[in-house]
Amino acid sequence: MLNAAMRGLYAAMLVFVLVGCGDSTPWNDPYPASQTGANILYSAFQEQPKHLDPARSYNVNEALFIAQIYEPPLQYHYLKRPYRLVPLAATEVPEPRYLDAEFRELPASAPARGIAYSVYDIHIRSDIRYQPHPAFARNAEGAYRYHALSRADLEGIHELSDFRHTGSRLLTTADFVYQIKRLAHPGLNSPIFGLMSEYILGLDQYAKRLRPIYDELKREQGTSAFLDLREYPLEGAQVVDRTTYRITIKGKYPQFRYWLAMAFFAAVPWEADRFYSQPGMAERNLTLDWYPVGSGPFMLTQNNPNLRMVLTRNPNFHGERYPHAGVPADARAGLLADAGRPLPFVDKVIFSLEKESIPYWSKFLQGYYDASGVSSDSFDQAIQFSGQGSPEVTPVMRRKGIELETAVTTSIYYMGFNMLDEVVGGRSERARKLRRAISIAVDYEEYISIFANGRGMPAQGPIPPGIFGHRKGQAGINRYVYDWVDGQPRRKPIAEARRLMAQAGYPGGRDANTGEPLVLYFDTAAAGPDSKSRLDWFRKQFAKLGIQLVVRATDYNRFQDKMLKGTEQLFEWGWVADYPDPENFLFLLYGPNKKVNGNGENAANYSNPEFDRLFRRTKNMDNNAERRRLTARMVDIVQRDAPWIWGFHPELFVLHHVWYHNLKPNTMANNTVKYIRIDPALRAEQRRAWNQPVIWPLIVVAALVLASLVPGVVAYRRRERAAAL
Amino acid sequence: MIAYIIRRTLYAVPILIGVNLLTFFLFFVVNSPDDMARMHLGMKRVTPAAVEQWKHAHGYDQPLLWNAAAGGAAKLTDTIFYAKSVRLFMFDFGRSDEGRDIGYDIRQRMWPSLAIAIPTLLIGLLVNITFAMLIAFFRGTAFDLAAVVLCVMMMSVSTLFYIIGGQFLIGKIFDLVPISGYLPGIEAWKFLILPVAVGIVSGIGMGTRWYRTIFLEELGKDYIRTARAKGLSERLVLFRHALRNALVPILTGIVAVLPLLFMGSLLLESFFGIPGLGSYTIDAINSQDFAIVRAMVFLGSALYIIGLLLTDISYTVVDPRVRLR
Amino acid sequence: MPVVLWTDALLYLLVLMVLVYALRVRRREHLRAPWRRVMQSPLAVGAAVVLGVYVLIALADSLHFRPMAKGGGHGEVISVFDYLVTPLRTRTEKTYSAPFATHLYAKEIIELGDGREVRGYPRLVYGGAHLNEPQAQRAWDILRTSLRALVEAALVSLMLSLLVLTILARRSGTTLRESLRRVLGGRTRGPWRTFLGTTALLIALLFLLVELSADYHVLGTDKVGQDVLYEAIKSIRTGLIIGTLSTLVMLPFAIILGVAAGYFRGWVDDIVQYLYTTLNSIPSVLLIAAVILMIQVYMANHPESFSSVTQRADLRLLFLCIVLGITSWTNLCRLLRGEVLKLREVDYVQAAAAFGVRHGNIMLRHLVPNVMHIVLIMVVLDFSGLVLAEAVLSYINIGVDPSTSSWGNMINSARLELAREPVVWWSLAAAFVFMFALVLAANLFADAVRDAFDPRLRRETA
Repeated sequence: MLNAAMRGLYAAMLVFVLVGCGDSTPWNDPYPASQTGANILYSAFQEQPKHLDPARSYNVNEALFIAQIYEPPLQYHYLKRPYRLVPLAATEVPEPRYLDAEFRELPASAPARGIAYSVYDIHIRSDIRYQPHPAFARNAEGAYRYHALSRADLEGIHELSDFRHTGSRLLTTADFVYQIKRLAHPGLNSPIFGLMSEYILGLDQYAKRLRPIYDELKREQGTSAFLDLREYPLEGAQVVDRTTYRITIKGKYPQFRYWLAMAFFAAVPWEADRFYSQPGMAERNLTLDWYPVGSGPFMLTQNNPNLRMVLTRNPNFHGERYPHAGVPADARAGLLADAGRPLPFVDKVIFSLEKESIPYWSKFLQGYYDASGVSSDSFDQAIQFSGQGSPEVTPVMRRKGIELETAVTTSIYYMGFNMLDEVVGGRSERARKLRRAISIAVDYEEYISIFANGRGMPAQGPIPPGIFGHRKGQAGINRYVYDWVDGQPRRKPIAEARRLMAQAGYPGGRDANTGEPLVLYFDTAAAGPDSKSRLDWFRKQFAKLGIQLVVRATDYNRFQDKMLKGTEQLFEWGWVADYPDPENFLFLLYGPNKKVNGNGENAANYSNPEFDRLFRRTKNMDNNAERRRLTARMVDIVQRDAPWIWGFHPELFVLHHVWYHNLKPNTMANNTVKYIRIDPALRAEQRRAWNQPVIWPLIVVAALVLASLVPGVVAYRRRERAAAL
Repeated sequence: MIAYIIRRTLYAVPILIGVNLLTFFLFFVVNSPDDMARMHLGMKRVTPAAVEQWKHAHGYDQPLLWNAAAGGAAKLTDTIFYAKSVRLFMFDFGRSDEGRDIGYDIRQRMWPSLAIAIPTLLIGLLVNITFAMLIAFFRGTAFDLAAVVLCVMMMSVSTLFYIIGGQFLIGKIFDLVPISGYLPGIEAWKFLILPVAVGIVSGIGMGTRWYRTIFLEELGKDYIRTARAKGLSERLVLFRHALRNALVPILTGIVAVLPLLFMGSLLLESFFGIPGLGSYTIDAINSQDFAIVRAMVFLGSALYIIGLLLTDISYTVVDPRVRLR
Repeated sequence: MPVVLWTDALLYLLVLMVLVYALRVRRREHLRAPWRRVMQSPLAVGAAVVLGVYVLIALADSLHFRPMAKGGGHGEVISVFDYLVTPLRTRTEKTYSAPFATHLYAKEIIELGDGREVRGYPRLVYGGAHLNEPQAQRAWDILRTSLRALVEAALVSLMLSLLVLTILARRSGTTLRESLRRVLGGRTRGPWRTFLGTTALLIALLFLLVELSADYHVLGTDKVGQDVLYEAIKSIRTGLIIGTLSTLVMLPFAIILGVAAGYFRGWVDDIVQYLYTTLNSIPSVLLIAAVILMIQVYMANHPESFSSVTQRADLRLLFLCIVLGITSWTNLCRLLRGEVLKLREVDYVQAAAAFGVRHGNIMLRHLVPNVMHIVLIMVVLDFSGLVLAEAVLSYINIGVDPSTSSWGNMINSARLELAREPVVWWSLAAAFVFMFALVLAANLFADAVRDAFDPRLRRETA
């Protein structure tokens, strides 16, 4: 019995080897053979998306998908820097009209304090159609085919593709208004509702009004009740005519335009809500949260967050063309070669779930992903620095044709002091000196070189480069931490930090009164393979001043809890810009935005009356010299108070293969897939060349087994004879 | 026998209730509904009102176990525990905290788990028994000693090393199979080779040693001596008698773990990116999705109990002298 | 100022218990006989020597204190072991360096004396710092140092062997030469040849490590420049504590419940069975995850009780032990229950019951001593599994504290290191070797103990 089984196994192995050799696709190809040579872009997602509903999604992972599907009125220009808004669904970037409290028109130059309302009239293109979707399907009589389904009708339906009929319709301005109303929907918990209710006229009242109505509906129809928002008008968002709708904002809020480039303000058809709210839909995961309905270049055709998400070209896409102009360097980089050609270039985008960075990187090198970031561990393999200190790919990578694009991100990773803490917090001179001493001691240049391979820029203040108010050169340095030496910022020597420690009453890291060493607590939610070395590094930095750093690593919830209660002392935090405006960073230090009691984004609980006053003054200003001057003053105030150790602005390194064109990192825009063009034939050829299986180990193993058979059989015979005696 | 099975099934009910209570207790000691809401609402701009709304929408705004405000039976039924646990007993797992249908996800993810577990078990069994018989055949020789020491050495290597080593060598250096990932349907086989091979190799040490002791025990019994006395060759003794009798403890041992195969392998699945139930559990722990954790614990306990029951039954099947009462 | 951590106290309690047990064994022949059988197996003796060294290191690493810092006040908590290897602990480089390297493993911008900057591999601060021309001198320097260490080790081993031989000769009343011949020929009562061979090997290893690590990072350095050898040795304590305390903590429960269930039967039995079936049926990963989260909540709510990293890490370690105990005690409980069910029908127990001896006395006097061998076997057998489990748990982030040195943490970070190019292999290799040696020794020793005490249990515990 066993012998037969073994023989079968060998036969199977032989067949496997033969078949494997004859096949044209590489053995380790993780995709079906049928996709070889197709115009498909391969990418990955690390975390399962939670929300794909444009009213709820507020996460980079999710933006990866929905930005390709939904079209807000505006978008960022793909190539131009500094970042600039251009129309997407709209026909032009809207200019606000200002009104006073009596709704009288004011000139554009009117002072902010006299402005009671800003009105945005947004004109929409009239040729936009939605993707094919069953929610629009109509029967012969013109009635919606799938709007009155019973549970029985849903038998056998698990995915959207199981519906046989689809339909489409023109996108209308009412759809944009409908989506703005959805931000206040009681069942949706939109993350920006809190913020928007401060600005959009009547949104707050609207939510209050909807709540009892919705509760009543839910009692009658269960959790999947359909609240038809079209029946309830909202003061701040109204349809003007077929191509125009109007948003009314309280006061002056120039940043509002940036919000119009986010999916929160995209068009959502009411039919989708109606369709998905039918009984039995949610139980089958058929919700707007999982199956978006948009008008963008792509539509989501396969949705399996456990495995892969597939975007396919939207046949109804209204068409868009590759931009004609960018910054001067773009033409040289070949980024304008496709200028004027219709978008999108690829037919399909396949995102595979890839939780670990190592397999992702290996598959990228094998050619199975088209582009990749660079983790610090694979850095030396991929990147080297040229004589001038600028990064370039290593010869190994260059031989493969891999190219590198870099960009400084509009974000900041910092270490904060809890300003409510008795030791490190407060605005006393003693605490300030202590904070400054620590700011000098924590050597972020070293941090960047160890943990980010130099991919980052030490931060001098809260505002990252590329954002209005960031200052370059000597004027921009944080003079409490850096000196300007030989045309470069240089961190002050550790002796200076020790001197500050002594002035603060901790000579040698010891409390001058009690003689006990200073013990500080560092709260972090860090977990994972890399965190131990990082935490060790932080302890080393504090030890330079004689301070004992106690790391309190905990889970994310506990960390959040501590931050809310304000019981932490030191913590790590980061912020990624929502939009390219200094207000989006300075508000992180605005007193009334404190985390404690207010649950705001001011995690350090910093509060300085002068700063707060200036913030209120500058936040709604247009970008002029006055704003630049005041912003510089605000930055100086926080540099002096040092509520954060300013940390660093990470730099984005993206590698891509030779068949991948038109990549220009854009940290503001997410709807960039449409610009990417690939060369599938070249890709298939390279993959074959790179992935020739190494067969000799198999042969060696087989040979070893065979070689051991002969003495084995001999020993077996002898043994059998011996045992029989 | 039927009566016995029914009785054992009824016996499972208090166990499952206990398991449920324990999971519930352990989870809510560490996670308040507020924590869960914050976890699911994300990082940026979360207001207290949003937290309240999330709790309300997901039914976590009621008391945990005892609703003092309600009247009569509602004191027990208007609670999180009642609302979230009772339907479990009907194997209706409800929706995850992110709104996905758990039962559907489990049915989908069961197959990849089984696709790894079953070949690993069967091929592993074949390999281990082959080796064990070989060693038993050469018992008492230097080969025996060397093989046992080798087994102990293989046992002493952490599974993590097998996985990391396998992925590094076969996937990365030799380019033989995809490093990780999965495709549904017939093309799954190339993703399964490596995890299955790693699963088998990491089990050889333990398995071979265990089956060797069973064989040696069988070989020490009287009937073997009689068989040898009859002049049967050692090979026949080993195959015809020892193997047949040793299969009884081996198979009854396996029956107990059969149902748990559904649960998948935590490590293999998460290392190789296979969307099975093992990685489902890990993800749920990491994202603190209570609904999934609870469902998986419940499923695991139920399968464990079925395993116990199957073991009992298999005893009666292989040995008619055992009577279940 | 001495600091007693929970796990320190428990570890020393365990040592005390082992000593008391050893004293008992000496006095009773029926306990001595199986131990003698264990000690006659060469493999077991070799394993025991290795285990002994691990235990000694763990014990030295379990005496914690706060050293007086320069200029008054107390420093951070360190152990006696840390104190002994202060150079190893404090000589940290900037980042990765390979074993015996003299330069960093990653390129950096180096400032030349004349103000120019180049990108190259900077010299290490400590590793091979005494060499002027590292390329040319290193190999010779390592060889010379190793030879010196080996000569020293040979001398020490020789002295030790002489001592043992003298004792052996005295005991058996023969000459030194005769006893040497017996040891070499393996004709002694215990496997002294193995004992002396293993010891000599370990002494040689010890001297090599001590001599070489004075000038080099023998196993390289990790991402933040910490010596990997130090990390790997520090992990010994973690591994041993998880392997031993887990069972120790749950032993009382397992024994009491198992014996009571078997003895009383009826409803007591029902409850105990219910208890362990319920616990057993919960997937253990979930149970462990929950307890680890719980302890984090506790620490978050009582920050004042945990003023140092060491104390926090220690509490987490302790609770990890407890929960690992909870998930593993059920097996022992089941075995004990079965054994007691058989034992209670034996004549002398029946007789004691007939004489009206109290239940507690019967259990304590007659039942517990007669099942102790099972307990012993299970404790020894569980050990290696628990050490291995630690590594897996660290992978899912529910293992020991990230600041604790443990092989699991090392393996976990090594996953990223393996993807580096060029590969950083030494952390993984170090963790592998140290862990493998411990687990292999433990497995071999456990096998011998099981065979000696109760070969019948083979089937049920394999």
